[in-house]
Amino acid sequence: MSAVPSGEPLIEIHNLTFSRGSRLIFDRVSLSIPRGKITGIMGPSGTGKTTLLKLIGGQLRPDAGEVWVDGQNVHSLSRSALFALRKRMGMLFQHGALLTDLSVFENVAFPLREHTCLPESMIRDLVLMKLNAVGLRGAHDLHTAELSGGMARRVALARALALDPELVMFDEPFTGQDPMTLGVLVRLIRKLNDALGLSSILVSHDVAETLSIADHLYLLAEGRVIASGTPAAIQADASPWVQQFMQGMADGPVPFHYPAAPLQDDFHLPKVQECDRC
Amino acid sequence: MLSVLGRLGRAVLESLARLGRWFVFMLALLPALPSALLRPRLIVDQLYHLGVLSLQIILVAGAFVGLVLGLQGYSILATYGSAESLGVVVALSLVRELGPVLTALLFAGRAGSALTAELGLMKSTEQLAGMEMMAVDPLKRVVAPRFWAGVITMPLLAALFSLVGVFGGYAIGVGLLGVDSGSYWSQIQSQVDFFDDIVNGVLKSLVFGVAAAWIALFEGYDCVPTAEGVSRATTRTVVNTSLAVLGLDFIMTALMFDV
Repeated sequence: MSAVPSGEPLIEIHNLTFSRGSRLIFDRVSLSIPRGKITGIMGPSGTGKTTLLKLIGGQLRPDAGEVWVDGQNVHSLSRSALFALRKRMGMLFQHGALLTDLSVFENVAFPLREHTCLPESMIRDLVLMKLNAVGLRGAHDLHTAELSGGMARRVALARALALDPELVMFDEPFTGQDPMTLGVLVRLIRKLNDALGLSSILVSHDVAETLSIADHLYLLAEGRVIASGTPAAIQADASPWVQQFMQGMADGPVPFHYPAAPLQDDFHLPKVQECDRC
Repeated sequence: MLSVLGRLGRAVLESLARLGRWFVFMLALLPALPSALLRPRLIVDQLYHLGVLSLQIILVAGAFVGLVLGLQGYSILATYGSAESLGVVVALSLVRELGPVLTALLFAGRAGSALTAELGLMKSTEQLAGMEMMAVDPLKRVVAPRFWAGVITMPLLAALFSLVGVFGGYAIGVGLLGVDSGSYWSQIQSQVDFFDDIVNGVLKSLVFGVAAAWIALFEGYDCVPTAEGVSRATTRTVVNTSLAVLGLDFIMTALMFDV
């Protein structure tokens, strides 16, 4: 199944092929990310969701295919043009990627200090506004080591928003969060996307949370797009693969076992007839 | 036999790939160096971390080396009745060789390993990738200031090492063994040449500074971003810097001092 999201796309990916060593991660993948919406990218671990974000951000180079962001072919840009494009992108890394030698305030101020010549008073106001948006204005003096996992991700989100980007990429924002923090993050991503007019890409394998906020979804597996559409359409999709992923079933089209030699070989057992029920 | 050849081939290929990455790192860092000079605050921060925090080990080591030189020098010189030359033996040993070389070796252990571990951890916690995505070049923002700080710090630390060593030799020679204080200083004043000895010593330190900072930063930047990878990179920094310093010292000594 493949459905094209409505609205003018911000990102268009054409026939993207990427491999690591001998392992093919993407095999001629094509998809588009609409403007002003939250697009969820879902799939089992190891399908290349984070790799896709790195390809969009120009941190990795594809073997073949093109990634167009706002009309610019990311991998044909010069380094300075790529950096100019990245100023319009924000990325929330899986573990925050906060600079550990800086305070919360300085982390959020970092992109402002690097890319603008704003006076200190204005930087202070902007940083406190961004921190207020994620509910951590009162934590601006804390050191990064004093933050919980959820707080660190919210600080990273404030930092990703510091330069008022048009696109924010969230890499597994919900992983390892307690239910309360998870709820906070879900609401925050939706609220900020709508209030700031962002376009968001949400990479996750947390089904319920992603379904609750995404406007459009892509399901990736085995190097290709297995399904795409609105959350309702994906849930209604009867394909065994989609059902296995959405229901969290251990076995199905994606086998439970990693490809391995026959059991008899590994355990040095005599050849026996396979049981029908196994 | 085939597996041995295979392993050998793999090792050669890995070494060549590593050499290639080393050159790529060098070519990428060179253009980043001038712009780092425009942000002296970043360099000053690193001068503190690499220089000021290394002072303790440098000063203590310098003092002990001076004390030992005083003892050894006196016992040998006294045999030939020239104990009054103790000052010049201590000073020349320190300024020409021991100051720059031992400082560089201590720097590799104290500051070089810290640089590698810091960069390696920044890499493994995606801080460098995060900077890239914020359109900030980590080579300009993180690596170049540390490189300059290493180059600036090394001659200063070596000078302090030698200075404290000379006083250590004085304490033993004059204070304990009865060498004449006037002879100690006047021999140094007359025999230690500013250009031949001190400038050459400073040049050595500068070259060691470049080598030590370069190796430490490359190892950190190039490391496998895992706990084991950072640990291996830190070890490689200390070993490679020590070998590079000793090799460079031999070459420079042969070129500088007409032996």
